[in-house]
Amino acid sequence: MHHVGSDEGAISALYTSLADRRRAVLLFGVCALFMSLLVDVATGPALLPITAVVGSVLRLAKDPTVDAIVWTIRLPTAFVAIAVGAALGLSGGIMQTILNNPLASSYTLGVSAGAGFGAALVIVLGVVVPLPEAWAIPVMSFLFAGLACAGVYGIGSLRGASPEMLVLGGIALLFLFQALLALLQFAASPEALQQIVFWLFGSLQKATWAKLWIISIVLGGAFPLLLVDAWRLTALKLGDDRARGLGVDVARLRLRAFAIISALTGVAVAFVGTIGFVGLVAPHIARMLVGEDQRGLLPASAVCGALLLSLASIASKSVLPGAIVPIGIVTSLIGVPFFVWLVTRSRRAFW
Amino acid sequence: MSVDIQTLSVRYGATRALDGVTLTAKPGEVLAVLGPNGSGKSSLVKAIAGLVRYTGQIVLAGSATRDSIGYMPQDTATRAALTVLEAVLLGRLGQLGLRVKPADVELARQVLTELDIAALAGRYLGELSGGQRQLVFLAQALAAEPKILLLDEPISALDIRHQLEVMEVVRRLTHERVLTTLVILHDLNIAARFADQAVLFHGGKVVGLGAPADIIDALRLAQVFGVEAAFSTTPDGRLVVTPVRPCRSPKAL
Ligand SMILES: Nc1ncnc2c1ncn2[C@@H]1O[C@H](COP(=O)(O)OP(=O)(O)OP(=O)(O)O)[C@@H](O)[C@H]1O
Ligand SMILES: [Mg+2]
Repeated sequence: MHHVGSDEGAISALYTSLADRRRAVLLFGVCALFMSLLVDVATGPALLPITAVVGSVLRLAKDPTVDAIVWTIRLPTAFVAIAVGAALGLSGGIMQTILNNPLASSYTLGVSAGAGFGAALVIVLGVVVPLPEAWAIPVMSFLFAGLACAGVYGIGSLRGASPEMLVLGGIALLFLFQALLALLQFAASPEALQQIVFWLFGSLQKATWAKLWIISIVLGGAFPLLLVDAWRLTALKLGDDRARGLGVDVARLRLRAFAIISALTGVAVAFVGTIGFVGLVAPHIARMLVGEDQRGLLPASAVCGALLLSLASIASKSVLPGAIVPIGIVTSLIGVPFFVWLVTRSRRAFW
Repeated sequence: MSVDIQTLSVRYGATRALDGVTLTAKPGEVLAVLGPNGSGKSSLVKAIAGLVRYTGQIVLAGSATRDSIGYMPQDTATRAALTVLEAVLLGRLGQLGLRVKPADVELARQVLTELDIAALAGRYLGELSGGQRQLVFLAQALAAEPKILLLDEPISALDIRHQLEVMEVVRRLTHERVLTTLVILHDLNIAARFADQAVLFHGGKVVGLGAPADIIDALRLAQVFGVEAAFSTTPDGRLVVTPVRPCRSPKAL
């Protein structure tokens, strides 16, 4: 078999073009994110001209009113939208990879529901941890996201931690936490009920610089850890047995990934509530653009998630004049038609 | 580096897939692993690759580590959104960093060219034919530059030309690079032609071990496979087995 099918350089050129595509997609995504950020900051009850926004952000123009709006309200909100979107997109991407399932995300597998239950506990029962309520809710929902993750992994591990068992465990927990949440809502006072419902809608309005920092630190910690495992995660997409045949310690890899998912989802949901659609969809969009190589897919999932939530943030302030629609509602309302359009016109079926 | 197997047993729940298997695969030799469906062939290579739990001993002599094994699974179905090139690169998992070295890409190129599938490099795995995918997973196993090569039915989906070509490549690499190669095969003629040694499994036990021509005989074919076969010899002295009809059902030896 020594007849050469293609010339020597073709394969390395192919490799380079795959790598270039990954880079181009990321670069384009980051640019789009930047534009979206500016528009997001400009949008709101007081519409600011983009030039004023840029001036204030770069500290060129000194208009105290604009500065106040931009720096204390709009910028943290806009950045939190991006950071939360990135965390959700990233955790969804990992989840779909390690469970080898297109429906996997923190939302569909009960992790967000767990976090929501944690938050509702604080709202209904009062502060259960020695913290002011503004922090007790995020802390409890973070803890419950971790608990839910551990639960998914625990149930799944009862029979060998296969992807199918883990997915079933996740579905079981989703129903469990939803039922518990419903129970709390049933028992709650009208005010508490309203607070829970509003929390579950998801909202960016409580964003602060401090919260942004916390989300960013978690993101910044998760990324390098994931990139170290990038090739092993890619191998996992060929199935457990083949990954093990390639020398991957599948069980350990899954456990590491679950820990990271728990932190990412926990911190995202803790500060903005449950936002469903992003974690499911961002990885699908990323996969269509860069394929399954996790060195590209993970960052692209994060960028797609960030962009989706940033755009949703703009939309949430624009659809109803004078009102800010909860972000969790907008993401799905606008995202679903877009996603259906995207999926039906894509030529390739990857699942 | 040889693979020494002693009293190897593999069980799945109540099923005994392998039962006290002892054999040695030697470096520089192609060992054909033969036997009917469910006789334990895949379980043998999975045990060597460390994919199933077993009792008994598997000793990889010399400086063998996990990285010196190249394993090609029997089942190659996948829809992962990976290109052929990426899938072959995965064979070098132990060597890959965030930045893939040009040497690794070059190695992938060589393997793809050797198997005559360089033209498929940019295609997605889910968009290949079954035989093409089989070649890709063989390429992945070879890309590891293994010392021990475990191939689970590498030619079962290939056309007759590719069957010959692939077995020729496997034999040549085994001899040139002194690999220890185990190939699971169903085609006895291919085994007789390309393998240096053969082992015949039946119900999880070894029922024949030696040169292929020595262990493929009428009695064994009847008892192990339940097949009546005609034997002939080509002008250049090769054994040719032609299954004629099923005879009585196979029974334990
Ligand atoms: N994961 C599993 N769980 C339970 N039983 C299994 C499993 N894998 C294989 N077996 C059983 O173990 C026995 C040996 O299977 P093995 O896959 O090793 O056979 P094989 O010789 O490779 O067969 P084939 O030629 O069909 O590939 C069979 O009886 C099979 O049903
Ligand atoms: Mg088999």
